[in-house]
Amino acid sequence: MPARATGVLAGALALAAAAVWASPDPLPWRQDELIYRLKQDCGSCHGLTMKGGLGPALLPETLADKPDHALVEVILKGVPGTPMPPWDFEISVMEAHWLVRQMKKGAIDDR
Amino acid sequence: MTVRALRAGVAALMLAGMMAQAAQAAEIVLRGTGDLGLVVERASGKVQIIETTDRTSLRTIDGLGDLSHASAVFSRDGRYAFLFGRDGGLSKIDLLTGAVVKRILQAGNSIGGAISQDGSLVAVSNYKPGGVKVFDAATLRLVADIPAIGADGERSKVVGLVDAPDQRFVFSLYDAGEIWIADLSDPAAPALRKFTGIGEQPYDGLITPDGRYYLAGLFGEDGVAMLDLWRPEAGVRRILDGYGRGEEKLPVYKMPHLEGWAEAGDLLFLPAVGRHEVLMVDRRSWTEVGRIPVHGQPVFAVARPDGRQIWVNFAHPRNDVVQVIDVPTRRIVKELRPGKAVLHMEFTPRGEQVWVSVRDADRVDVYDTRSFERLGELPMAKPSGIFLAARAHRIGL
Repeated sequence: MPARATGVLAGALALAAAAVWASPDPLPWRQDELIYRLKQDCGSCHGLTMKGGLGPALLPETLADKPDHALVEVILKGVPGTPMPPWDFEISVMEAHWLVRQMKKGAIDDR
Repeated sequence: MTVRALRAGVAALMLAGMMAQAAQAAEIVLRGTGDLGLVVERASGKVQIIETTDRTSLRTIDGLGDLSHASAVFSRDGRYAFLFGRDGGLSKIDLLTGAVVKRILQAGNSIGGAISQDGSLVAVSNYKPGGVKVFDAATLRLVADIPAIGADGERSKVVGLVDAPDQRFVFSLYDAGEIWIADLSDPAAPALRKFTGIGEQPYDGLITPDGRYYLAGLFGEDGVAMLDLWRPEAGVRRILDGYGRGEEKLPVYKMPHLEGWAEAGDLLFLPAVGRHEVLMVDRRSWTEVGRIPVHGQPVFAVARPDGRQIWVNFAHPRNDVVQVIDVPTRRIVKELRPGKAVLHMEFTPRGEQVWVSVRDADRVDVYDTRSFERLGELPMAKPSGIFLAARAHRIGL
């Protein structure tokens, strides 16, 4: 394989990998649904404005030092010994990643 | 300008003021509040004042803050509602004029409140900072601050705050696993009686309608902590111990609410945590006498005021259904599907109607409890709690 083709292939692979790592966004209608869930149902314990309640606050400053993958794990699998239930029956890994990004940005109330 | 002209001007101004006042007064219908109530529009920080005789909304009140999990109690004259918001807001609302008489932010994060037996004190249970604050019901001036520091030395979230006879409040410490009785006979010096080690994670509490028994539901274990307020020296007793019998509990998608624990005759109907069941407890022996399989995880199990029916709603995602249990036969006699996210049900004082909030449909439905016919509906934005002023005269509400 010529060097140039290898370069192109490597570039394409890198792009594909980047796309996977960035995790794509859900479709717009699903984004609306997820934010609605977050506010209305997660909000029962975490507060409609994410300032906390029986569950902890989900604000950018309280989430900043927590890695995305750990937060995704909490959403999908819950936290045993606490009231936090697993949500993997209706939220996908990609969607949980997107939700974590929104919460870390504090992009809940703008919607 | 002459003195005379000035006088005339002042008189004209006064007259205009009086006329404006009269015009305002004219909007206020002379009426009682026995058929009034309020519905919380949780997402928009509003409440609607409703009346249950013609089933209409009278007015909307705005600017009440974060109303997720908001609840209300009423002054003993039935005129004012005290609304407890999630954001620590405590608002005193005049049901007749719709005015927010007073509003304070008393904590960072709150979960509910209660009004004292004599109506002079309003208590709020707070998550942050964990504790109970007590206010003068007339002025909302702080009269007592009770930090909830458990035996472990840590500050705890407070849940399940209720009023009890003899000017007492009773509440539970979620993190510490304790029940406290606060006697506010001398509001400036609350007398506390603490019960420690009552069980893991009490998540809500209720007092029986006669004001005698306080029950705290436990999230961390299968069971209920019970305190006889006539005999507090007997201590907290565990009832329904291990009702799950070691089975794996289902994850809980909405905490049951124990304020609505139903009492009907000699039976208490309790939502089982993490199970598709309503538990029946004999309230003389405090033992389980049976359980009724239901549609989902029950959130509220509330008795019609005569105790003949129990209405049950459910946690996400099975929250579009309401089931009605007939008490004598202990069977489900009706299943209604009002729509997605049925959050709350409130009976009129004598139980001929029930008001049902259907959050995702932006609607409150009114049902006839005998025929189960839908009598009407009112548009509401994301309605949650419904609180009727008749609560003013009931212990623990």
